[in-house]
Amino acid sequence: MTALPLILTVFVACAVEAIEALTIVLAAGLTRQWRSTFQGMAAALVVLAAVVAVLGPTITLLPLGALRLVVGALLAIFGLQWLRKAILRASGHKALHDEASAYLREVAAAKAAPVSSRGRVSDWYAFTLSFKGVLLEGLEVVFIVITFGDNQRDLGAAVIGAAIAVVVVTVTGIAVRAPLAKVPENALKFAVGIMLTSFGSFWGAEGAGVTWPGGDAALLVIVPVVAVVSLAYVALLRRYRPAPSLGQQAPAAEGVTR
Amino acid sequence: MLRALKSFGAFWYDFVIGDDWHVAAIVVVALGLTALLTHAAHVSAWWLVPLAAFAALAWSLYRATASKS
Repeated sequence: MTALPLILTVFVACAVEAIEALTIVLAAGLTRQWRSTFQGMAAALVVLAAVVAVLGPTITLLPLGALRLVVGALLAIFGLQWLRKAILRASGHKALHDEASAYLREVAAAKAAPVSSRGRVSDWYAFTLSFKGVLLEGLEVVFIVITFGDNQRDLGAAVIGAAIAVVVVTVTGIAVRAPLAKVPENALKFAVGIMLTSFGSFWGAEGAGVTWPGGDAALLVIVPVVAVVSLAYVALLRRYRPAPSLGQQAPAAEGVTR
Repeated sequence: MLRALKSFGAFWYDFVIGDDWHVAAIVVVALGLTALLTHAAHVSAWWLVPLAAFAALAWSLYRATASKS
């Protein structure tokens, strides 16, 4: 596999996580204080960089077969969880993830919290909110970067994909100074779930000793098949969508099947 | 200390396994069966993991929606 699909997959997955982290950082920075928010963000980025620096090279010490088995299993499990949520959202069984309302919730909580300082941090709430948001969303990015990068023996390409995603989302966020609510986040999550499940199944089976018909080209079949089956599940579940209560509109399947 | 360990474990469980542990169990069993079929029975079981993934997803979606309808 060339580096381009790897970079693109990691880019989309990381962009989704970066958008969620941006929402939290903006809520902390615009409502509380930018200095403490940046301190929290920087502290989280240092922790994440340390995790990549330690785990990335360590995992590559495993034999490729064992690495693919373990990482494939983790990716497939992780991807199926993403896909499960995305299908439930697309079929109207779960509310769509909405950055605008997530932002409003964070802003309301940030406005209500009292100001207290600790050490060099003048607003502890802004610091912890930003730190936790970036660290938790960042851990998913790290997981994807390490699993994809190590499996392809190209950690550099995966890091490039993630870095581009973070830079693009950050620059856009700074430019508009608002959560990126117009990005079709639910559709992106659906796509990422398909990619993680496909790659996880491919690598996991390879690690278990399977030789795929066509080698790496099998992915060109697996990815569309996973997509078609997932869309079929969406169509099936839409038939049994719960009726919306009075005054409440059922969530639409944003950008997935229409 | 014990509380911190518990929350650390709970975080990673939630992070990797998520809302439905059945999905993880089905994937792990499918990979084990694939290894067994490939190495012990010399069957090219490349189809097993994708099929198990679709089954796991269907089962998990059924469990998630059946309780609501």
